[in-house]
Amino acid sequence: MRATVTIRPKPGILDPPGEAVQGSLASLGFAVTRARVGRIVELELATDDPAEAHAQLGRMATQLLANPLIESYEIEVEGT
Amino acid sequence: MSGRPTIAVVTFPGSLDDGDMRLALELVGAEPVAVWHADERLPGRIGAVVLPGGFSYGDYLRCGALAKLAPLMRAVRTFAAEGGPVLGVCNGFQILCEAGLLPGALLANRQLEYVCRDVTIAVEESNATALRELEPTTTLELPIKHGQGNWYADDETLAEISARGQITLRYTEDVNGSRGRVAGVCNEVGNVLGLMPHPEHAVDPLLGPIGGRPMLAGLVAAARDHLGIAA
Repeated sequence: MRATVTIRPKPGILDPPGEAVQGSLASLGFAVTRARVGRIVELELATDDPAEAHAQLGRMATQLLANPLIESYEIEVEGT
Repeated sequence: MSGRPTIAVVTFPGSLDDGDMRLALELVGAEPVAVWHADERLPGRIGAVVLPGGFSYGDYLRCGALAKLAPLMRAVRTFAAEGGPVLGVCNGFQILCEAGLLPGALLANRQLEYVCRDVTIAVEESNATALRELEPTTTLELPIKHGQGNWYADDETLAEISARGQITLRYTEDVNGSRGRVAGVCNEVGNVLGLMPHPEHAVDPLLGPIGGRPMLAGLVAAARDHLGIAA
């Protein structure tokens, strides 16, 4: 089954890439007061069991996909 | 046995400073040996392990995040747990933080720019075994070259590790937004040390400052102690 893990810089954590994007958007004339840059990881899992998929994705996120010291993550499993 | 302790320098795909590190270690009295990241084991009778700078695995996902899972890292963790001296420089520091062997994480530099220049760092009173011969407040001149050297830890962690003597080196000025101007930290025991500046690029007066010499000499001394050999 298909799943998406979205990783974001935690609130309060400095996000220089976000600041760079905000500055560049401003130079295009957009009034943007804040931009934060994260990451999306799209996955296809071998399992068809949504509960198992959520459990696996949680472990993937904490062991590798996100650094819990500086990032938060959200899991979405297609069709659940 | 001779006084030259063997020190393993790990090469990951994308490591850049492994060659300079081997040369520098040789200059300060070690017998460096190159070790490949995909190896399962460290060679026998190793006095210390160094994770050098570079862009392991292209810095994909996050700096150091993929390298922490390299097969050799299991052996490095065991070596560290047994008290073996481990030094991580720049990307090596990022790998040790990602691996949970050192506290904190390295964020993008606050000024949004790669920074490449000589800086002055001050030695703090800390548990770091490799720096025990250096008096606190000693200053060393070393080059830095990084885009993601902005060390971060939350308030609680920062207070804890400060109290435990894990803040090892500080920049004397703000160079990248690093919390408390921290340039290097060690683990609680002091055998694992990570820093963003490059001691291996600062050993020959022909090429600039030589602040890396006493630091790497300290690692060699720690490696000798670990192996139980005399100088």
